[in-house]
Amino acid sequence: MSQARRERWIAFLLILPSIILIAIFVYGFIGWTATVSLSQWDGVEPNYAWAGLKNFRQLFTQEGGVSATRFRIDLWNTLFFTLLFLLVCVVIGLLLAILLDQKIKGEGIFRTIYLFPMALSFVVTGVVWQWIFAPGTETRLRGVNALLHNLGLDALRWKWYTDTRSVGPFHLALIPVIIAAAWQMIGYCMAMYLAGLRGIPEELREAARVDGATEIGIYRHIILPMLQPITLSALIVLGHISLKIFDLVYTMTGKGPGFVTDVPGIFMFETTFQGNHYAQGAAISIIMLLMVALVIIPYLVFSLRREVEL
Amino acid sequence: MSAHRTPRRTVRLNPTRIGIYTLLILFALLFLIPVYVLVVSSLKTFAEVQDLSRLWSPPTGLHLESFRAAWWGIPEKGLRGLSQNLLNSVYLTVPATILSSMLGSLNGYILSKWRFRGANVLFPLMLFGMFIPYQSILIPLTQTLAAIHLGGTIWGLILVHVVYGIPITTLIFRNYYAEVPTDLVEAARIDGANILGVYWRVLFPLSVPGFVVVIIWQFTNIWNEFLFAVSILQKPDVQPITVALRNLAGSQIQEWNMIMAGTLIAAVPTLLIYIIMGRYFIRGLLAGSVKG
Amino acid sequence: MVSKRFWYVGMAALIMASLLLAACQPTAAPTQPPAPTATQPPAAAGKLEIFSWWTAGGEAEGLNALYKVFSAKYPNVEIINATVAGGAGSAAKAVLATRMQAGDPPDSFQVHAGHELIDSWVKAGKMEPVTFIFKDNNWLDKYPKGVIDILSYEGEIWSVPVNIHRSNVLWYNKKVFADNGVTPPTNFDEFFAVADKLKAAGVTPLALGDNGIWAATHLFESVLLGTMGPDKYRGLWTGETDWNGPEVKSALETFAKIMGYVNEDHAALSWDQAAQLVADGKAAMTIMGDWAEGYFKSIGQTPDVEFGYVPSPGTKGSFIMLSDSFGLPKGAKNRDNGIAWLTVCGSKEGQDAFNPLKGSIPARTDADRSLYDVYLQSAMDDFASNQIVPSLAHGAAASEGWVTAINDAMTLFVANLDVAAAQTAMAQACKTAGVCK
Repeated sequence: MSQARRERWIAFLLILPSIILIAIFVYGFIGWTATVSLSQWDGVEPNYAWAGLKNFRQLFTQEGGVSATRFRIDLWNTLFFTLLFLLVCVVIGLLLAILLDQKIKGEGIFRTIYLFPMALSFVVTGVVWQWIFAPGTETRLRGVNALLHNLGLDALRWKWYTDTRSVGPFHLALIPVIIAAAWQMIGYCMAMYLAGLRGIPEELREAARVDGATEIGIYRHIILPMLQPITLSALIVLGHISLKIFDLVYTMTGKGPGFVTDVPGIFMFETTFQGNHYAQGAAISIIMLLMVALVIIPYLVFSLRREVEL
Repeated sequence: MSAHRTPRRTVRLNPTRIGIYTLLILFALLFLIPVYVLVVSSLKTFAEVQDLSRLWSPPTGLHLESFRAAWWGIPEKGLRGLSQNLLNSVYLTVPATILSSMLGSLNGYILSKWRFRGANVLFPLMLFGMFIPYQSILIPLTQTLAAIHLGGTIWGLILVHVVYGIPITTLIFRNYYAEVPTDLVEAARIDGANILGVYWRVLFPLSVPGFVVVIIWQFTNIWNEFLFAVSILQKPDVQPITVALRNLAGSQIQEWNMIMAGTLIAAVPTLLIYIIMGRYFIRGLLAGSVKG
Repeated sequence: MVSKRFWYVGMAALIMASLLLAACQPTAAPTQPPAPTATQPPAAAGKLEIFSWWTAGGEAEGLNALYKVFSAKYPNVEIINATVAGGAGSAAKAVLATRMQAGDPPDSFQVHAGHELIDSWVKAGKMEPVTFIFKDNNWLDKYPKGVIDILSYEGEIWSVPVNIHRSNVLWYNKKVFADNGVTPPTNFDEFFAVADKLKAAGVTPLALGDNGIWAATHLFESVLLGTMGPDKYRGLWTGETDWNGPEVKSALETFAKIMGYVNEDHAALSWDQAAQLVADGKAAMTIMGDWAEGYFKSIGQTPDVEFGYVPSPGTKGSFIMLSDSFGLPKGAKNRDNGIAWLTVCGSKEGQDAFNPLKGSIPARTDADRSLYDVYLQSAMDDFASNQIVPSLAHGAAASEGWVTAINDAMTLFVANLDVAAAQTAMAQACKTAGVCK
């Protein structure tokens, strides 16, 4: 065996423990969860008797009763949460990045302020925003409602994350949760865009100015198109976070009255560890995995292939 | 963030610039509202947080009773303090961070300098592990930890964080080592160094910035993590601070000054790191999107 | 180079520090239980770990009183008071589940008597029957048959009850009732007549605090019993009463009608905040278990003076019971001490120490009446003479999975008041629970 070949083997052996761990803890466990999702495990003791797709049917058809209703609400909530959360993060993140790119005095301070929520736990965010948007009661107003009352703006008071009103399948109670999540993640978008803007050579802008382009025109026709890959990355990263969100909502609101702020992560956690419906919990988590995989796998393939070509 | 920039032109204040600054300041104030709430509420006495007409007003003085309560608890109301939980977070985060950075460094080295056949398939398979919803491995995980007698222990959670930290730490180190010139590696090999020798003599000494990024990233993530901790650590005396805090805020208590003080205590370690080492924090952040 | 070396040393120091930190972690490793030997004198020494969610207030005082009774008998046994606060026991139940699965059970743990214990732990083979404790102490004729039935499964008794709570109680503010010239309603027709009068007078008729959804389920079980009577109500849990039938429909309709008379902010309140509305005279009535009496007393009110109590509408003669009990898990490390503990829990002395403080009545029928206040004495009388039926919301009537499903249905029902959807969901929940076909 040649020296080079032997060393390649050693290299492989060195990385082998990690490969084995990932193989077991990621792929093995996903397979295990899939097995549970097809089983009759419904109680504290494992029961791997075959149940076919029963647990999935119970999430999607009338057979599941209230489980199906809850899961349908969860999926709608996830959809609206994701769309609005991405929209707010990308728009405000981009706006802040562009503003900060205007040779601002104290840029460092602004950047630090916009980005610090990223360093916090979703639990911390959840606790603080729970306080801010707590509706309180008619006799004991709390949070923003108390502020509005003190300002004489009682007309603007509502029940925030405990409100059960909805527009079509969109629950208004999601709005406070989206605000909290956006507060935490806008800084991430800003940092990505700012890095992108800083990567655009000044010469390009100068050349456009010489050609008589306005500042706004430069952004519209030159800079924004160049930021598209960053938007894609941001959408993917934030999107997969929002598809599997749990900590923030669980801490801030829980499932809410009538499941107005429920998400699959909370349903999975409660049904598995509080209701002991392990098979149902596994089925929910498999669906969550599929949703995330749908977004992530093309992205991984795409970005790694691009890397190889470079 | 490129250093090659044209020298700053002096920009005069005109309406546009005033508009820009106004917007920036406005957003900064909005971003700071939760901080205001945290600080103001935590400095109030219990009687003051109960006074709903002054909910948003500053405290009447610097009252630290809430921090005492958050630290030691209020036994007569059955409320546990967070001091033990803060220590648990340290016991959890420090070993898990160090171990997973070392593992990531080794993996990153191999994957960047010793490309073996199949690495192009292995690496994305590994990366996928950092995007999965952890709910999808939670049931087998709790079963397995219980089976190997690590259920309900901090050691078990350390193992979990080390394992699920492999993808991100490997990714950051792989991209970092890719920048190290292969010439250096070749030179060391001509000197007779083997695989580990090259790592030890050439790459490890150059790894400091990489380690700083990874350590900050892992420390922040593990400190802030909730789902694994709440599923694995059920006993209150071993729970890290995120879980204890959520239990405190989730119970029907009115001691908001205590909760807010506890929240501040939970937030301070990662905030300090962010403020002091923000540059490295951002690098980790950008690395998380696969290609920075 | 200097800085590189500095960093290198720094890293090494960090690694050392981390290993040290890891080494001095508190080890929660489960130690292997010593095998119980026949020669060991019972409960002479050693430890006793008692697991509960009684962390504050009267419950914690009651538990301490029980500990005192135990320690007087077994002074050399060290009691480990393992309590887990939060979420009306839901946090504790999660801890318990993990410990039981990991083979690290406490010596005895608090559990709602009935299906919560039987479906979660007895059927899983995790418990030892305690029938022998009842026989050895001649307790079988000291406890009402209704209670023994709820504790039993396949011919064995599975836990020792320390108390009885009543669920179907309507608490009312006496002054508000007097001012508006109304008397406590005995059925739902009267209830709605009273409620209309109160509403017209600007008082919230019924206070509800279903922030943790169980309070809505709690109200619902009283409505179920009040509309269909005890026999049909019992049949709900055995599959004899049809969940798709007219009785359940009527109960749901009544519940939906009641929701028109409750405080608008019910979803933001907890049960005690709802009780506070009654105490303050902002609301006239609330339907809650008799731990509400403990709350009224804790804020300085006296039964029959500031507040009154009657069975919830339509339930006179029936007693929805729930009971806190202690069981004996298999593999308990100090089994003998656990048995001694259960013997204390079930004794007259233990029950009379615990219950006056907890604000509940003893599960035994031979307790010392003079220790209990006027409400509890009336509850003792009702308990001795009424039809005893199990509580749904508190784990006596149905398995935890079934209760969770009904709670989920209530979460939706309270928000949308869709009777048909709620009835379908509840019928389905009964099927899923394996009771209905």
